[in-house]
Amino acid sequence: MNWLLVVLGAMVGAPLRYLTDRAMQAGQARTDAVLPWGTFTVNVLGSLVLGLLTGAAAAGATSSHVQVLVGTGFCGALTTYSTFSYETLRLYETGNRWSAAANVAVTLAAGLAAAFAGAGLADAFWG
Amino acid sequence: MSPGPHPVPGPAGTPDAPASSRHGQGPVLAAVSVGGAVGAVARYAAGLWWPTPAGTFPWTTFVVNVVGCAAIGVLMVLVLEVRKPHPLWRPFLGTGVLGGFTTFSTYAVDIQRLVDRGRAAVAVAYLGATLLAAMAAVWAATTLTRRLHPMPAPQAAEAGP
Repeated sequence: MNWLLVVLGAMVGAPLRYLTDRAMQAGQARTDAVLPWGTFTVNVLGSLVLGLLTGAAAAGATSSHVQVLVGTGFCGALTTYSTFSYETLRLYETGNRWSAAANVAVTLAAGLAAAFAGAGLADAFWG
Repeated sequence: MSPGPHPVPGPAGTPDAPASSRHGQGPVLAAVSVGGAVGAVARYAAGLWWPTPAGTFPWTTFVVNVVGCAAIGVLMVLVLEVRKPHPLWRPFLGTGVLGGFTTFSTYAVDIQRLVDRGRAAVAVAYLGATLLAAMAAVWAATTLTRRLHPMPAPQAAEAGP
């Protein structure tokens, strides 16, 4: 049962990451120096949702099935570390070293802020 | 980490570039979706086989993310610089399998949980170790793959007539 829930969540999360990236790229200039905002967006949103879900689970407000479906499947597939690291390396290799550092800084800062905000929201709702 | 002799593969070289514009988005979305499920199941299996106790360094997610970063380094060099595979391989393996296998949300929330439990030192170590190991993995993988699969030397420009 849990395996199926992981599959279902991931089959929504992964294409949503792809579509978000395409939509964000369509709206930005085609230069190498620009930060990969699509990956940034899905990583921050996924961290917010997982923070909220994990907080809700700690308060006993969700079932383990919801955690596996939305947390492991959807949020896990929506967010990515491999594309984040690869895009950072590309920025560095194409000479945009400040952009590479900025990508790491803003992704970590916003991703962690989102995880803490999600946990705080869960605490406010169910704490 | 100096730029190699290889040409820059497209804008920012993101793994999410469209595989083909001729066939619409359907096959690409299907490849990403199925690949994402494969990657997520592998990550879930890793968590079941090597569960990490709460409040300790999340070794399983650490290893999953670092392995996924090494794999995308190999994949992107092979796909962009060495050969031209079928256009659906890149969205299936890169965006799908490896994107679904690695996770940023669990990384961020595990750090938050460690801080919440008063394990700030472990949280900071995990934050830094994952970032450094992931970047080292993707860099080493691209560098080694380029060494093993050197590009054909560009033809020397002919002198004037």
